[in-house]
Amino acid sequence: EFEHNILISNMFAATMNSSCTPCRQTTSNANRACRNSKPTTIARYAGFKSVGAVEFAGSKIASRKTTAASASRTACATATVAGFKVALLGAAGGIGQPLALLLKMNPMIENLAVYDLADVTPGVAADLSHINTPCKVTAHKGPEQLGAALAGADLVVIPAGIPRKPGMTRDDLFNINAGIVKSLVEGVAANCPNAIVNIISNPVNSTVPIAAEVMKKAGCYDPRKIMGVTTLDIVRANTFVAEASGLNVADVNVPVIGGHAGTTILPLLSQATPSVTVADPAAMTTRIQNAGTEVVEAKAGAGSATLSMAYAAARMAESVLLAKSGEKNVVECTYVESNLVEGLPFFSSKVVLGPEGVAEFLPLGELNELEMAGMDEMRDLLTKNIEAGITFANS
Amino acid sequence: FFFFVRFERRRILPNEPCRGVLVSIQSSRRPEMSHPAHRLGVLERHLAGTSSAEKATISEHQTSSGVRTVSVAVLGASGGIGQPLSLLIKSSPTLAACVSTLKLYDVAPTAGVAADLSHIDTLMEVEHYSGDAQLPQCLKGTDIVIIPAGIPRKPGMTRDDLFKINAGIVSNLAENIAKHCPTAWTLIISNPVNSTVPIASEVMRKYNVPGFERRLFGVTTLDVVRANTFVQQHIGGHGGRGNVNVTVVGGHAGITIQPLLSTVPSFNWNRRPTAGEQAALVQRIQEAGTEVVQAKNGAGSATLSMAFAAVRFLSRCIDARLGESVVECAYVNWNGGRGFEFEGDRVAFFAGPVRLGTDGIVSSIEDWKRGLSDAERAGLRGALKQLKGEIEKGRLFSTSQK
Repeated sequence: EFEHNILISNMFAATMNSSCTPCRQTTSNANRACRNSKPTTIARYAGFKSVGAVEFAGSKIASRKTTAASASRTACATATVAGFKVALLGAAGGIGQPLALLLKMNPMIENLAVYDLADVTPGVAADLSHINTPCKVTAHKGPEQLGAALAGADLVVIPAGIPRKPGMTRDDLFNINAGIVKSLVEGVAANCPNAIVNIISNPVNSTVPIAAEVMKKAGCYDPRKIMGVTTLDIVRANTFVAEASGLNVADVNVPVIGGHAGTTILPLLSQATPSVTVADPAAMTTRIQNAGTEVVEAKAGAGSATLSMAYAAARMAESVLLAKSGEKNVVECTYVESNLVEGLPFFSSKVVLGPEGVAEFLPLGELNELEMAGMDEMRDLLTKNIEAGITFANS
Repeated sequence: FFFFVRFERRRILPNEPCRGVLVSIQSSRRPEMSHPAHRLGVLERHLAGTSSAEKATISEHQTSSGVRTVSVAVLGASGGIGQPLSLLIKSSPTLAACVSTLKLYDVAPTAGVAADLSHIDTLMEVEHYSGDAQLPQCLKGTDIVIIPAGIPRKPGMTRDDLFKINAGIVSNLAENIAKHCPTAWTLIISNPVNSTVPIASEVMRKYNVPGFERRLFGVTTLDVVRANTFVQQHIGGHGGRGNVNVTVVGGHAGITIQPLLSTVPSFNWNRRPTAGEQAALVQRIQEAGTEVVQAKNGAGSATLSMAFAAVRFLSRCIDARLGESVVECAYVNWNGGRGFEFEGDRVAFFAGPVRLGTDGIVSSIEDWKRGLSDAERAGLRGALKQLKGEIEKGRLFSTSQK
């Protein structure tokens, strides 16, 4: 998308000089377009570049939304940004800081509000603000500033909370993190009720229902918008399955459904693309389910997954914003209010994202015997987790 | 340079989860020129909007025939800079296409960071080593070593106050590099860079590492990144055009940082800044590091922006190593050991634009000297005076280590 923003500085002048057609600035761009060119409608980045045999008829890549501010710039302005505001709640933490870095580097984000209770919050913002991307960073420390952080946000990402230590389950975090999520989502309801919310704080199985209840109480609940981030389970599944089957991990796609803790994580190995035959599906399933614990153990008290979680959350945020700017066929697995499985009001499955959040639920598809057994096994636990969340929110 | 995170949708069948793949720490300057394999697709992509190029790239990488890869070691991987730096390296598919192995080393445990990163779905092996005893094993066969190790500044400290501790750390690491991977490129982040690079240089010289001067760098890219940001902010959103890229010379501390606003071409500015505005910009760039130390109030110095800048420089070094001709600013043995001369002063080490090739520095670029303003000349004079002392301090430390 920024192919027209080729750097033309005297120091880096390319050996191949031609002049840009409209304005005759020297340019090294083979297309004879310089940074003065208006962005084309084919947004090259973040587009659907279908790798492989299947081309999607009519899957034209929508042009990105531009804000009024960027539209009023001259034709020769710097990078046109899609202009979303993202509020990151818990930005000074172990996940928050690397996630803030990745979001600052995302060209679709025009404003990044960095919010946390920690003293270092203004420092994190100052650090990030030196990075030369167009995204503006603002710092907000303490509950009095939550409103300012959230005002006008299109997307709210919540990694806030305490991490697991060895021996703890995600449920042990419950009391503390439930309270944190409750007060933060109350802030969302008061300041940006139409924002999409991505919840990372564990236990996601419970914190998402808590968020839903808070929004319901405030009278602004939109079930399409409150999502739990389970992307890391997909990322892990892709990695482990690719490793085991010798495929290039860049090509592997494994859907993961259910919830985001232990046995509620259900990887659908039978629906992996390209189709793989995993030697020991039960062991692979267990490995994916315990991957989080694997990292908690390896860190030996120093925390839980932070860097891979930041990566996964940044990917999810990008999917949400892509869909918000009109991209079609953005599919992610996410934990939302769902009618897909009877008896489970919240469930993670493949959804198509749209401008308002979840646009469409994709069918679960065929589950094999092992996976059906997994579904049966997790029901009680997931139901319990959901109820715990709802009870907490209403207490 | 704009570096963007790009998640690329890869979809095999309709309605399958579109697996976002973090495309790259992508410089807008060099869309897909970063890697020889990517050059295939640039024109095709512009014209057809297809990703046949990516397909070619991926299959080339898979067959690993003709596509060379490098291994990268991060020394200090568990630290404040090391962790986000390792994340940016591991999560970039552009780097995954040319980095086969990411080795994480620290005196602190690294198993946790490695386990964390190893879950990210890009094709790059992650290895971890911890403790001095494992350092040789880590370094054997490594092509590029990047060193964020060391203690960070606290409010009131200058980069020089870190000297004693970080000098010892860098000296030890340089010795191991000289012994176990003497042909590797060494990228030093540990402050005070103005002194730690001369220290490493002396160590390499002591071990008679051939041609090390070409492959030893102090990372000053963060000054360039900051300069670009502040100049862009000054220009604002109206009228100024294009990406800003400022040449920053001198060193990497206080007044040794000399951002040359004269290298910003006029079409970037909406209106040329006044002398006062220029001086203010220069001062802000010089004190930006201290700005972050103050803002963090005892909790450290710049980590995230340093990781960003470091990975930009690292990826350009990899490009150069794999055959591209690259120009970047870095703090190096200047002009093949002849040093940098200016108005009668000479320094052996200097930060400035250098041309990089497969075996390191090809040449030091000095044509910017011609366009200096009076203020810049004065600034450079002052910078050289301070730099001399800092280089000497490093050299003395090294010789005292015999």
